[in-house]
Amino acid sequence: MKQVNLKGRDIISIPEIGKEEIMHILRVAEELKKKPQPKLLDGLVMGSCFFEPSTRTRLSFETAMQKLGGRVIGFADPGVTSAKKGESLYDAMKIIGQYSDVIAMRHPVEGAARRAAEATDKPILNGGDGANQHPTQTLLDLFTILETQKKLSNLNIALVGDLKYGRTVHSLAQALTHFNATLYFVAPDSLQMPDYICEELKEKKIKFTKHQKIEEVIKKVDILYMTRIQGERFADPMDYEKVKNAFVLTSAMLEGVKNNLRIMHPLPRVNEIATSVDSTKHAYYFEQAENGLYVRQALLALVLGKIK
Amino acid sequence: MVSKSENNKQLLVAAIKEGTVIDHIPVGNALKIIRLLNLAAYNKLVTVGLNLPSRAMKYKDLIKVEGREVTLQEIDKIAILAPLATINIIKNYNVVRKLKVTIPENVEYVVVCPNPKCITNNETMNSKFKVLVDKNGLKLKCHYCEKVFCQEEIKEYKNN
Repeated sequence: MKQVNLKGRDIISIPEIGKEEIMHILRVAEELKKKPQPKLLDGLVMGSCFFEPSTRTRLSFETAMQKLGGRVIGFADPGVTSAKKGESLYDAMKIIGQYSDVIAMRHPVEGAARRAAEATDKPILNGGDGANQHPTQTLLDLFTILETQKKLSNLNIALVGDLKYGRTVHSLAQALTHFNATLYFVAPDSLQMPDYICEELKEKKIKFTKHQKIEEVIKKVDILYMTRIQGERFADPMDYEKVKNAFVLTSAMLEGVKNNLRIMHPLPRVNEIATSVDSTKHAYYFEQAENGLYVRQALLALVLGKIK
Repeated sequence: MVSKSENNKQLLVAAIKEGTVIDHIPVGNALKIIRLLNLAAYNKLVTVGLNLPSRAMKYKDLIKVEGREVTLQEIDKIAILAPLATINIIKNYNVVRKLKVTIPENVEYVVVCPNPKCITNNETMNSKFKVLVDKNGLKLKCHYCEKVFCQEEIKEYKNN
């Protein structure tokens, strides 16, 4: 097996993280979940740069750093930074890189994390750059799939909801090409998986089919990955009204599903999963969100070179 | 010696004594190349043929630049707009060197990313693309926003 060394690495985009590297990150996350290391990053500082509002991602990064004994500086609103005075992202990140040992960032503009990585030698962890990438979400999704299914290979996975604009489902589909998944895309026609992702899947010989209803696939799958359909994506509100209920999961729909089926969701959930589902054994979205903490701890420890 | 086909072309675009002929440019891209290489800015004669009949391409564009040899960097830029172009260096009305453009692995500066939400369009910085070649032709992948564009989607080019 190839030696994996992530010290000093920027975590910006899923396609550039190899299969061995993914497996290594997931192993380290599992170790940290079992055995916390509250002094591992003692004396180190994480810059938490959120140029766009975020609750889960930001708090999970900051908690991850603190649980490993590190400290956090940063901001949760660009209004308080010099970006408002017209400072370039490059300059801002160069300076923040001088204050911190690692930077977690989110920015509304696509490619911002890559640009930030050019400004500083400190590792950048991309917590979302516009509609482009959100690699830590994908890693925590993979961690959760592995945790619930005890394997990543040869699973049947349905992705449901807004597959056109959702960066989470794009990155997850790309990552699953390493693991020979069979994919089911359940979405209204206007929000189906973009062609460039489907082309990539075909090239890598990943089987996938497109569907209009959750019921068509729910009994076959090991993972049902739900996402939110946003009303603003539809030009005509009537079109939204027509489709919105077709992509809502209720507990009644879980009858006859596989025993090992787990339901995931990147959250926030609005109404696409009825709250009655929460108490079933299949619901796993809250645990999934918690797993973000361990995966981000693993990434911090690995890029800072404190775990090999 | 001037070949027969060269003779026919002369009827359409006058021959030059010294300089460069950029041939086999896809229709519509000659003016873009002139703008990109700033060919009009050197006070040298530039003649252009648009929509010329071509055996290989059906129709093509062609540029003749008097008194100036294009540089290798310029040829790299031409490659993006005309991957099949031939560059002829002319001395005393004769072709003394024939160059084929080679498609570079990366393109910096030249192409403006068509994605308005890309960082390169939101900050003073250079663009950078990886060139992907597949059966449908040339595609460019933005190093920053990671979007892939085919040539028709690229509307703007700039010279440094």
